[in-house]
Amino acid sequence: MSAVVVAYSPDEYGETALAAGAAEAARRRLPLVVVNATRGDAYVDPHFADADTVADLRERFGDVEVLQDVVPDVGAEVVRVAEDRDAELVVVGIRHRSPVGKALMGSVSQRILLDATCPVLAVKPPS
Amino acid sequence: MDMFMDGLANALTPENLLYAVIGVLLGTMVGVLPGIGPAMTLALLFPITYTVPVESALIMFAGIYYGGMYGGSTTSILLNTPGESSSVVTAIEGNQMAKRGRAAQALATAAIGSFIAGTIATALLVLFAPKVSSLVVGLGAPSYFAILLLALIAVSAVLGASKLRGFIALFLGLAIALVGSSTGQARLTFGSPLLADGIDVVVVAVAIFAIGEALWVAAHLRRRPLQVIPVGRPWMDRADWSRSWKPWLRGTAYGFPFGALPAGGAEVPTFLSYITERRLSKHPEEFGQGAIEGVAGPEAANNASAAGTMVPLLAIGLPTTATAAIMLNAIQSYGIQPGPQLFDNEPGLVWTLLASLFVANTLLLVLNLPLAPVWAKLLRVPRPYLYAGILFFASLGAYSVSFAAFDLALLFVLGFLGVAMRRFGLPVLPLIVGVILGPSLENQLTQALALSNGDVATLWSEPVAKVVYVVMALALVVLAVSAVRGRRASTEEKQEVSA
Repeated sequence: MSAVVVAYSPDEYGETALAAGAAEAARRRLPLVVVNATRGDAYVDPHFADADTVADLRERFGDVEVLQDVVPDVGAEVVRVAEDRDAELVVVGIRHRSPVGKALMGSVSQRILLDATCPVLAVKPPS
Repeated sequence: MDMFMDGLANALTPENLLYAVIGVLLGTMVGVLPGIGPAMTLALLFPITYTVPVESALIMFAGIYYGGMYGGSTTSILLNTPGESSSVVTAIEGNQMAKRGRAAQALATAAIGSFIAGTIATALLVLFAPKVSSLVVGLGAPSYFAILLLALIAVSAVLGASKLRGFIALFLGLAIALVGSSTGQARLTFGSPLLADGIDVVVVAVAIFAIGEALWVAAHLRRRPLQVIPVGRPWMDRADWSRSWKPWLRGTAYGFPFGALPAGGAEVPTFLSYITERRLSKHPEEFGQGAIEGVAGPEAANNASAAGTMVPLLAIGLPTTATAAIMLNAIQSYGIQPGPQLFDNEPGLVWTLLASLFVANTLLLVLNLPLAPVWAKLLRVPRPYLYAGILFFASLGAYSVSFAAFDLALLFVLGFLGVAMRRFGLPVLPLIVGVILGPSLENQLTQALALSNGDVATLWSEPVAKVVYVVMALALVVLAVSAVRGRRASTEEKQEVSA
């Protein structure tokens, strides 16, 4: 069974990806799978959605499947889910990064773009 | 009073003020982060005592101690995970308040309560410490031996769930303190000349606190993140003030004496303060749902206890918490012996330190009331970055003690001991206090026996020593009775279950 997988975080990038993913899923008549993962190595991770946000997602997108997990590599987890579901499309929100920022922080989007075996749709929030 | 004014002038010099600011900022930071506390920070910063003058180092250390007590409350309230053991009780009501949108008021009552309690308790410290010191000045070696023994038994037996674990930790500490040939005979050196000088307390403290904690965290690295409750600038309205001021004063009344007692620390008084506030509250229905009294009382109590800890530390040279134990070691490393003579020999140092406690307290209020949201952001730092830094400073600190690679090997061996202690639930405090007080205990015993030509009866020849032994005997009887009762109660329960 195929699907559209969205890499989600509770911020404008995640919301943009989710909107694009939902539109694609409706167009292709495929189920929507939302992946929200964390490395879990800080006490607080603002990219990890809380229970209220997840409930809100389910309400807005009609019982969408939301996968949340603590994993060593968030990008690899999205790729793994995409392969697992034999996804037709992965959607990620990307942000502007300075060269220094790129060197310091590993990019989840970059990992997904390079490793995913299916087409990847990268969207930017309206500036 | 003149002495105090001189001390204040000394504490307010730009250099000392800078150390106070660094101290309170660092202290709040480590207080906010769970698992990293003022004791570990002091152990890691120990090398600065090699270059910085004694007043400045102590001002910074005192700032870290007060700041640590303060920072723990932020984590308790916003994350429902205590940043420090002294803020465990704060999490009960504080997090409930935050969940109901009253995080700003909870942080405000904790901050202002800490300030008021810290100021009152420091004033009490200024009044009491010289008196206690003039009382103990006439004590001989037998009384000192008895007081040290009482302190060791108290830290091992009173805190923590298991007395057996407390005493295991104590004897581990005393065994580490024995290593070396300071008495002329080589003890526990295994024939190695490297161990002949003994194991430096700094290496032990850094290993147990920093290496032990870092390895323990590495073994439990990935956890589901907690939700931090967003908050603006702390503030309170009139109703909050009128509900807070009595708990602040009562919390201070609990915190100061318990801090001054052996094995007092902050855990017992914060708990007692919480129970008292729940009983006296005009809004008992709010308890468990975010009652402001349940934050105000315990937070005042833990800061007051930090000031109380300074009384036995300065007047007798007796540490009652792990942080105080490391401060004692720092003072000794300058060749100064805390105790009754300290007020006569080093009046400048003592009064500067006492005045700087007031300064630190005021700085905490001024800096931290607006900064609370910034401190909460610290919790987003990934643990690997944090602990990499800690391991670096730990190795640096242990190596700088005597520039011997062997100390690094010791650091790792003792670090694994630290992990094992956390794994098996052994408390760390009795070990550290045992390592630091072990040699003084032995000194006082040899001194007493040398004066009496080996007659053991000298140990209970002084009235103070007699009183202390009676207290000790009573405490042991109470412990034994409660242990038997506890066992009987649990067997009765089992019988009921089986019947």
